[in-house]
Amino acid sequence: MEHEIQFEALAEDALLLRFGERIDVDLNAQVQAAAISLRSRIPELECVPAYASLLLRFDPWAWAGDDGQHPHQRLRAVVSATLRDRDQVTVASRELIIPVCYGGEYGPDLEEVAACCGLDVDTVIARHTAANYRVAMLGFAPGFPYLLGLDPQLAVPRRTDPRQRVPAGSVAIGGSQTGIYPEVLPGGWQLIGRTPLRLFDVTASDPSLLAAGDRVRFRAIDEETFRQLLAASPG
Amino acid sequence: MSVSILKPGLLSSLQDAGRPGHAALGVGRAGAMDGPAWQLANALVGNQGGEAAIECTLVGPSLRFERASVIALTGAVIAAHVGSQPIPLWTSCFLPAGSVLQLGGMTHGCRAYLAVRGGFDVTPVLGSRSSDLHARIGYEHGRALRAGDVLPIGAAAALPALPAGNDLRPLHWSLDPQPWFDFDRRPLAMLHGSHWSQLDKASKQWLSDGSFVLSKDSNRTAGRLDGHVLRLQAPLELISEAALPGTLQLPPSGQPIALLAEAPVTGGYPRIGQIAAMDLPRLAQLRPGDTVCFHESTLDEALTRLAARQQRLTQLVETIAQRLEHP
Repeated sequence: MEHEIQFEALAEDALLLRFGERIDVDLNAQVQAAAISLRSRIPELECVPAYASLLLRFDPWAWAGDDGQHPHQRLRAVVSATLRDRDQVTVASRELIIPVCYGGEYGPDLEEVAACCGLDVDTVIARHTAANYRVAMLGFAPGFPYLLGLDPQLAVPRRTDPRQRVPAGSVAIGGSQTGIYPEVLPGGWQLIGRTPLRLFDVTASDPSLLAAGDRVRFRAIDEETFRQLLAASPG
Repeated sequence: MSVSILKPGLLSSLQDAGRPGHAALGVGRAGAMDGPAWQLANALVGNQGGEAAIECTLVGPSLRFERASVIALTGAVIAAHVGSQPIPLWTSCFLPAGSVLQLGGMTHGCRAYLAVRGGFDVTPVLGSRSSDLHARIGYEHGRALRAGDVLPIGAAAALPALPAGNDLRPLHWSLDPQPWFDFDRRPLAMLHGSHWSQLDKASKQWLSDGSFVLSKDSNRTAGRLDGHVLRLQAPLELISEAALPGTLQLPPSGQPIALLAEAPVTGGYPRIGQIAAMDLPRLAQLRPGDTVCFHESTLDEALTRLAARQQRLTQLVETIAQRLEHP
C-alpha cells in the first residue's frame, strides 16, 4: 500500500521524504523506487536512501523561484508531482552472491550466536545463506550495507563490549539486521563470518560493490576458497 | 615544487570544499570546517577557488617551502613566523625559496587555513582532495599530516609572476577579519529539529536560553556539548535516517552532539535541532571548553542570512582577484 509521504525540511539545502517509521521491506522498496524516479527526472538532486526515508540535498539558490518562491516549497511541489506521475515500472535490481567463510577466526561470534538462537552452528549457516536479502541503505561507513531479510530466528543482540577493530569483510548480525564491514572499523555487531570480496574501493569507477536496492545472497565457502579468492581480489 | 612538513602541529589536514554527491555510498562530504576562511585563503593567493589548503587545529605545523611561494593564512588568530619575522594574517605573503614557516598556537579560534598559490596538489579521491579523517578517505587514506610528508604544489594559473628576491614580502593590504571571524562568540542560530517537540519543557527552555560547554572529546565529526542534560518527554525508538553537518542529536546520555563536517551520512538518535549553515563556521572556531549558546531561528531567516553571506563572499573574492591582478 502506498503511504502518504511526509516532507520535512532538515536544513537550508536538505529535504527529507518520510515513507514510514518502520524497518520494512515494502517501505524500503518505495524509498528505492522514489530514489530511482527522482534521480532520472531531476538529476541535479542528491538522493540518499535510508530504511524508510529519502534525503534530498539540493542547491537552494537554484531552486528559489524568480518570484522569490521558497526553494523548499518549490522543490517539494516538483518532487510530489514527479512521484505521483512515476511509471509503475518494477526496477530490475542486481543480484550479487557474496562468498562467506563462516565461523573460526573469520566468524568468532558464530558459536555464541548459535547458542543464543538455540540452534546449532550448521543451522545458523544454512539459514543465513538461505535468505534473500535487499540492501536497504549504505551508511555507518563508506560501502557498509544494511541488509533486510535476516531470518528472524537469527536475530541476536549487539555485543555489550564493542570491538575496537572489526576486520574488513566481516559479516555480522546486529539485532534483526545483518551487514558487512567494508574496512577495519570499530563495531558492536556479532561476527559470524568473513567475505574475501572488497566492498569499497575509492580508486574504482564504481567505488561500492553494493548499492541500495541490490539483492544479495550469501554462499558458504571453506577456508581454502577464502584464501584463493582473497589472493585473486584486487588491492 | 613541493612543501615539506617538518612538524605536523596538533591536527593538520588537507581540506577543500569536500566531496558532495556520494552520501548514498555512505561517504560524507567532509571538507573545510570553516568554509569562508578556507575560500578567502585561496582567493588571497590568487587560486581559482577549489584548491586544497591546510586546516590547522589549535597548534599549527612547521613547513619548508622548497621554491619561492605565495601563502595566505586566515581563520583563527595563529602565531606565524619565518625566522624571527612575523607573518601577517588575512593577506598574502611572498616567501623566498627555502623559507621555513613556523605556525604556533592560536589566541582566538580553533582552526586556521594555510593556502599556497597553486594549491596542495595531492591526488583527488572521489573528486576531492579533502581528508576525511573519520572515513579514512583522501591523502594517504585520509590521515592527518605527519612530519616528513612532502606535498606537491600545483601549477599556478595565469597570475602575476612572483617577485624575485630573498625578502619576505606581504601585500600592502589585508582583509578585515571581523565579518568572517566572530571574536564575540555570539549564540548560534538553531532551527527546530524533527524531534524538538518531544523534548521536555525544561530542556526546550535550556536549549534556547541556557549554555553548554564544548567537550574536549570534540573532533571534525562531532562537537559534544557538556554541562546540562536534556531529556525527552518519553524515550524514542528511531530507525536510522539521514544525518547532516549541523544536526544536533540527542543520544541517551542526554548530552547533545552537534554533527560537523565529517558527520556520518546516517544516524539513529533523535534530531532536536539543526544549526544554521551560516553559523557552522563559527561553531568550527569554538575551542574545547568554550561556551556554546543557541538562539532559535527559522528556515527563512537561515536562508536569508546564508544568501546575504554568500553574496558578500562572492563579491569579496572578486574584489581580491581584481586587486591581485592590478596591484
